[in-house]
Amino acid sequence: MIGKPMSTATAEVSVFVPPTVVKWRRVRSLWSIMKRKPLGAAAACLILLLVLTAICADLLAPYDPFLTRPEVRLLAPSWQHPFGTDDIGRDVFSRVIYGARLSLWVGLLAVGIGTVSGTLIGLICGYWEGWLDLMLQRLMDALMTIPGLILALAIVSVLTPNTTNAMLAIAIVIIPGNSRIVRGTVLSAKQNAYVEAARAMGCPHLRIIVSHILPNVTAPILIIASIWLGNAIFIEASLSFLGLGTQPPSPSWGLMLSSTGRAFMEQAPWLAIFPGLAISLAVLGFNLFGDTLRDIWDPKLRGRG
Amino acid sequence: MFKYVLRRLLLVLPVLVLSSLVVFGLMRVMPGDALTALMAESGNVSERELQKLRKDLGLDRPYHEQYILWIWQMVTFNPGYSIFTGDAISVSLKKAIPVTIELAALALAFGLLIAIPVGVLSATRQDQPTDYIGRLVAISGLSFPDFWLATLVITFAAIWFGWIPPLGYTSVWESPWRNIQQFLLPAAILGFRLSAATMRMTRSTLLEVLREDYVRTAWAKGLDERLIVYKHALKNALIPVITIVGGQLGGLLAGTVIIETIFALPGLGRLTVEAIMFRDYPVVQTNVMLAATVLVTINLLVDLTYAWLDPRIRYQ
Repeated sequence: MIGKPMSTATAEVSVFVPPTVVKWRRVRSLWSIMKRKPLGAAAACLILLLVLTAICADLLAPYDPFLTRPEVRLLAPSWQHPFGTDDIGRDVFSRVIYGARLSLWVGLLAVGIGTVSGTLIGLICGYWEGWLDLMLQRLMDALMTIPGLILALAIVSVLTPNTTNAMLAIAIVIIPGNSRIVRGTVLSAKQNAYVEAARAMGCPHLRIIVSHILPNVTAPILIIASIWLGNAIFIEASLSFLGLGTQPPSPSWGLMLSSTGRAFMEQAPWLAIFPGLAISLAVLGFNLFGDTLRDIWDPKLRGRG
Repeated sequence: MFKYVLRRLLLVLPVLVLSSLVVFGLMRVMPGDALTALMAESGNVSERELQKLRKDLGLDRPYHEQYILWIWQMVTFNPGYSIFTGDAISVSLKKAIPVTIELAALALAFGLLIAIPVGVLSATRQDQPTDYIGRLVAISGLSFPDFWLATLVITFAAIWFGWIPPLGYTSVWESPWRNIQQFLLPAAILGFRLSAATMRMTRSTLLEVLREDYVRTAWAKGLDERLIVYKHALKNALIPVITIVGGQLGGLLAGTVIIETIFALPGLGRLTVEAIMFRDYPVVQTNVMLAATVLVTINLLVDLTYAWLDPRIRYQ
């Protein structure tokens, strides 16, 4: 067997490279990437900030986001209330902080569900082709004919408008495009000689898919997922803005903008400014990060951005 | 070319049929039917009235009959009546469509007016401050929510200039001045968002084209920079840009939903949102299907333009 001496060879190499050196090298290569891609590094910082805010919302928020205190309604930003207070005296800063948790949660779950389902469909379609592929891909085409937000709106209208259903709707919007890209990648990965070799050796389908085809698909999946995370936060905010997503009194950025931001915009513009700024920064972070990932992983696009 | 057009047309029909099935199916997966949901919200309607309404709307028939009836209505441009207002959907569509078309066309014009010059500037001054500013503007256009920009613009126009967009829609035929006042801001905001992807595409394709041999020849001949960039390079670079503009029109359609709601423009988007809020399913399914049809048609047109511009595609 050819396999044996090769595995001992790799074992020997790993003896020569102590793990600490590998770790140090990784840190250095990360640093060099950050130097070459300052925008990507800034995006990563934005995302990190968002994630930390979401996780530590309980520690960071100075007030209870639901606590109403009519005596301090519509206060301008001050040291006590950095983003001011809304029409029933809730602290906008605390609500924006808890909003990060909600947005990120919706985004992660929607993109998670959408990406996993899309990838499964794409893998099945690309690997087996045949009539199932034809039917599923035509269904995906049909879903793609409906503009994303309108499809999400229609889905939410059928179910009841709330956060969970908005999330499901976004997941469904994500599936078609994702499955198409995965399918394309699988079709080309299948052409590789090592896949053919694995098949000739009688390797079971599941193993071929998991260990030979899936690694080809991960880079495009991660790129799309990052860009979709931004989009998902955007769509959730849009749905909530229209009153068809998260319902009051939950602190959703889109809802804050529409319910109090627009009603009191002339007296209290901060009610509209800060939640919108939060949405923009979150979406910007994921968009830039996705762009950078694409630059790094897709050599064909390098230097084009 | 004729053969290519025919082939593409034949491919479009099954997709449209499938998307109509998706839309129709979607409207019927809700628990109970459209009426139980509607009645649960309005309350106090007797069972007999409900039965009558159900019969009037054809909801008592089997699904396949309902589907065929609906398709027939759509094909004959007579898509039934709204449950909520009782108006014929065709009448409200006739009022709404021109509004959305005007908004979308203006937004597209704005978008291209921003995207192409900025894209060209960015590409010809690659990695210089102009380029960075251009790219930053583009990526922020992708990230700033349209509803946020709209809210801010309305707020600060009111606070600083005391200017509020005129209320109540006026068509361009009644008073072009009032009409343009109503459409300028929403179209500019939509256009700004639209410009982002187009600008990025213009920049990256132009960068590629500028490195081609024929452009170097043009430089070597001593041609003027403006002539080289705008006549020789940009023409070739614009082909992929057309695709991206076409692909963006779906987003534009979705954008009109939000912008029309904020600026109180009685277009298709607002009609759809209102129908969704009142669970007016005949209007929702008609409008969603209309959006899908428009999108498919636009994609078809984009493909055909592409084939027309680049003969290699036709002969594949």
